[in-house]
Amino acid sequence: MKRIATAAGLITLVAALASAPFFLDAYGLGLMMGLAGYVTLATAWALFSGPTGYVSLATVAFVGIGAYCVAALSEVLPYPLVLLIAAGIGLAVALVVGLSTLRLSGVYFVIFTFGLAELIRQLVTFYEINVTGTLGRYIFLGITPEQIYWQLLALGIVTMLLRWWIGRSRIGLALKVIGDDEVVASHVGIDIARTKLALFAISATIMTLVGAIQAPRWTYVEPAIVFNPTVSFLTLIMALLGGATRLWGPLLGAVPLFLLFEWLSANFPNHYSILLGLLFILIVFALPKGVLSFIEQMWGKAHRTDDSGARS
Amino acid sequence: MTNTSRRRALKTLSLSAILLCTTAGFSAIAQERTSVKIGYVVSKTGPNAGGAGITTIPNYVLWAKEVKDAGGLELPGGKRLPIEVIEYDDRSSAEEVVRATERLATQDKVDFILAPWGTGFNLAVAPLFDRFGYPQLAVSAVTDKAPQFVKRWKKSFWMLGGGHDYTEALAGVLTKAKAAGTINGKIAMISVADGFGIDLVTAARPSFKKAGLDVTYDVTYPAGTTDFTPMINEAAKGGADTFVAFSYPPETFAITQQAQVAKFNPKVMYLGVGTGFPVYGKNNGPNAEGIMSLGGIDPKNEANAAYRKRHEDVTGKAPDLWGSVITYASLQMLQEAIKRKGIDREAVSNELSTGSFKTVLGDTKMEDNQLRTLWFGGQWQNGQFVAIAPVDRPGATKPVLPKPAWQAK
Repeated sequence: MKRIATAAGLITLVAALASAPFFLDAYGLGLMMGLAGYVTLATAWALFSGPTGYVSLATVAFVGIGAYCVAALSEVLPYPLVLLIAAGIGLAVALVVGLSTLRLSGVYFVIFTFGLAELIRQLVTFYEINVTGTLGRYIFLGITPEQIYWQLLALGIVTMLLRWWIGRSRIGLALKVIGDDEVVASHVGIDIARTKLALFAISATIMTLVGAIQAPRWTYVEPAIVFNPTVSFLTLIMALLGGATRLWGPLLGAVPLFLLFEWLSANFPNHYSILLGLLFILIVFALPKGVLSFIEQMWGKAHRTDDSGARS
Repeated sequence: MTNTSRRRALKTLSLSAILLCTTAGFSAIAQERTSVKIGYVVSKTGPNAGGAGITTIPNYVLWAKEVKDAGGLELPGGKRLPIEVIEYDDRSSAEEVVRATERLATQDKVDFILAPWGTGFNLAVAPLFDRFGYPQLAVSAVTDKAPQFVKRWKKSFWMLGGGHDYTEALAGVLTKAKAAGTINGKIAMISVADGFGIDLVTAARPSFKKAGLDVTYDVTYPAGTTDFTPMINEAAKGGADTFVAFSYPPETFAITQQAQVAKFNPKVMYLGVGTGFPVYGKNNGPNAEGIMSLGGIDPKNEANAAYRKRHEDVTGKAPDLWGSVITYASLQMLQEAIKRKGIDREAVSNELSTGSFKTVLGDTKMEDNQLRTLWFGGQWQNGQFVAIAPVDRPGATKPVLPKPAWQAK
């Protein structure tokens, strides 16, 4: 019974989200688009980094690849095919990168992934200078903001479902063991490299698609625009704030943070960075384990006080 | 118990205060128009802040102050309304400039939006300006594709020309000098591997070829390069007596210094962005003499000289000698179009497109929604960065060639 109720609730929620463009103005829709993008990115990030504990800063490398695929191919191929190719390229890059680096761990992996974004950006720049002779590319697709939003929403839902499914499958269990102790994992017969690689590749493909879907919104792309490292940092902070190991964690981190950024930049455009820095410090002090576990803690406390009858 | 009720009282009080504020806000909106809202999104922080802080922001600030001092924007019939300026920082992010522009259009409901800084950002917001019906006076966007953009976005205006215009103008100067026997027509060329450098060098190659000029050395370098000695030495070896660098400001300053150290004295020296900054002339003193770049001003234009003085008085620094004056002129055009047509964006766009205006540039008129009467090349002469190209435009100063040799400090 409870399960049916949950499912019904979720379906209503999705329907409400999908019908949002009919009620919102352009700005509201822009917000929803940004939200859908970051929720998807954070969830995809947590898909790999949550259970394994590998902190990746390569998010924008894949987002940028997606955007560039659309910029390069949208004039010659139909849009759905462009998305497929973008996903394929993202997957291929993730496999190559994953194979060569997932043996790295800890801070080495963080540094490598950060470098990866820069490397791909420089490669694109090199190619554009020496082969095409122009740095900027134009995207003139007749895709409306509504369509971008719906695509992002669908991708976000797929990502959440994927994460939910992985969490209950064998591979999810294997990942948990790897995250706890790699030595133990290899002793119980888990193929560590393959498991990590599979997750990394799925997560990277989703990120590539986010970039590809969002690209038509910018009209013009150049490496400095699409390989903006801030995206990697924001994704990471959002996932960590919510709780990267929980299914709903990245969402609960991304939504309030994104709205907070928006509120700050609308109301304090000149003090944005200072306020943001202060807030991060506060968050780290107040919610070191993420929003979800904080809520659970408070919930637990409230129930205990309930029992003793000391409610005021 | 008392504690609880006090808390509750406080809560109620604050809630009613908030409600009061919001309703006060609403009633203000419902009244008759008392002001004109002008909004803009510009890079106040991040990598683009340097350029925006020179060409765009000071001019927006100057203009807003002048309108305020004049008692507001004049409307048809002579009535004046004060302006209310709303500005956002896009933090040099394309996503942010798009969203903040949407915010200006649909939340703040501003009457006019001023353009952001940079080619990429102007293109990112162009579909939005078009959809919401705002005229877009894009100044700091150098693009050869303006004629196509105008067809796509009818209310967009492109005011700084394209890379091709600048290289054609340079080729014009060089061809003349070659015909006079001043230079040998061989060019050594370096360019920064980033938007500006690539666009310019891609346009320069055919321009030079068409003019019968011979490029002996042509390399790109990554943005942020600090040591140009190897490139300068290579350039000197090929027998070229014209040196062209499509560079960004830090590199422009570095090349100027390192060419002096290397005693590299080409007859023509053309450098990129930064040459037109007043500080370039100030820092290099007599060694700036004869150096060419993009932009330039007509020293005999009194309106421009007066503008430069006002700019310095209000913002504390002199405007650059390329894009700043165009930014200011674009605002004058907007102001005048509003004076003629009122706060009707459709009519104002039409007026901008077809009307002619008196600005600090002189008589100004758009051609196919583009500003075409521009100075594409300038040269430092007697402490001023004067316009020398297009060579056939009235008001152009004759270039001083060859460039005087470096003076020892």
